[in-house]
Amino acid sequence: MANRRYSEDHEWVEIEGETATIGISEYAQEQLGDVVFVELPAPGKMLDKGDEAAVVESVKAAAEVYAPVGGEVIEINEALNGDPSLVNTDAFGDGWFMRLRLTDPSELDELMDEAAYQTFVAGLA
Amino acid sequence: MASAPDAGLKQTPLHGLHVALGARMVPFAGYDMPVQYPEGIIAEHTRTRTAAGLFDVSHMGQAILRGDDPAAAFESLVPGDIAGLGEGRMRYTLLLNEAGGIRDDLMATRIAEDGTPALFLVVNAACKDADFAHIADALAGKAALEILPDRALLALQGPGAEAALATLAPACRDLVFMQGAEIDAGGVSAFVTRSGYTGEDGFEISVAADAAEGLARRLLDLPDVTPVGLGARDSLRLEAGLCLYGHDIDEATTPIEAGLAWTIGKRRREAADFPGAQKILSLLSGGAPRRRVGLLPEGRAPVREGAVIRDVDGASVGVVTSGGFSPSLERPVAMGYVATDRAAAGTPLEIELRNRTVPAAVAEMPFVPHNYRRAG
Repeated sequence: MANRRYSEDHEWVEIEGETATIGISEYAQEQLGDVVFVELPAPGKMLDKGDEAAVVESVKAAAEVYAPVGGEVIEINEALNGDPSLVNTDAFGDGWFMRLRLTDPSELDELMDEAAYQTFVAGLA
Repeated sequence: MASAPDAGLKQTPLHGLHVALGARMVPFAGYDMPVQYPEGIIAEHTRTRTAAGLFDVSHMGQAILRGDDPAAAFESLVPGDIAGLGEGRMRYTLLLNEAGGIRDDLMATRIAEDGTPALFLVVNAACKDADFAHIADALAGKAALEILPDRALLALQGPGAEAALATLAPACRDLVFMQGAEIDAGGVSAFVTRSGYTGEDGFEISVAADAAEGLARRLLDLPDVTPVGLGARDSLRLEAGLCLYGHDIDEATTPIEAGLAWTIGKRRREAADFPGAQKILSLLSGGAPRRRVGLLPEGRAPVREGAVIRDVDGASVGVVTSGGFSPSLERPVAMGYVATDRAAAGTPLEIELRNRTVPAAVAEMPFVPHNYRRAG
């Protein structure tokens, strides 16, 4: 997806107008393994870039998910309550976490594009 | 994605096989070990409960204790009835310190080598160097310890384990739970015990290091056998209510608090001749201030090691020592220590989780019934 951008903590953001959809990357879900629970923020919550936005629990461990951009939580993916494994099976699609109303679109400039992120991940091996 | 090998990490004889199978390798007790294979922890866990899982536990310490009366000598270090073990019989026991704390938990099997009695010991990887030094020093002059660094150890666990192993080692069918024997496994000499760490029927198979990969590959070629990593090993043992050393039990924990009083033999209680006996026997008769219990948190979020346990009025009454998600029950499960007056099954408690608490109840363990093949 051309307009998908990534943080160094492996969150992704896709922008449509002033709405940012946020999830975790394919690399992140692979590293976590089987996801068994996702704790999502309450709609209406204001998040600054870098705030803890969600917690994803695998069989083994809990991992924090940070807001890659700031904004107000306008929607959360309720489907994850019933089937958290969507994060594993469709990290960039049905496994999305939340939608934010962007506070400052310029924050997107600090994130990596697809090519930069792939280079970043390759460097972690 | 292959991770760079950490300098200084040891490898088991099956390391190359793990990598070839696509395992994710992690450091564990000084070894580069598979935490999971591509299928993932839940699939590996479920396959072990329904068919058979093959685990590499070669990082664990194996040794043979020999002497005029190795069982009597070993009893000076552990509270178990070791002298009463018949040949080929195995016991779960505890290395204790002088304060009655647990230095390690281990398996001891009474064997005979050309008619001479000996004990085959399997101890935890993280403790093995300290355990073996302690045993060798403490028993110097009475028994000699031979460490077996060139042996691999495989565990084959699950309701399909017997049928799978019997294709190579038909004599495994003659073993019952907590019994071991030297048997032929497809042309390989193996010391096989019917035991494990999953709550399922199964075997632990000790073979020469250079025979391990061939045996593992032959077992994995069987349709019922799946490779299983440390991740599912942990979720399986937690469901089975089994302690993980360094987490659920340690040097500051007595067998009474840990719910392991059953490991103290009747003769040993009467003789009071094991390390820390005075402390342990006084806790046994007078009661321990805290107890290891099972915990069932409400909802879907797992509680983890270190989480504070509170009573319904908010007072701290204990701490979680193992917690995770049970693939079999599809819910979080945990174990921990609570004040003895809160240890009854059904007691309502609260467990801290991030910035809140979740309701939980004390539960009987095991969470998933054991499926051992016992004698008779």
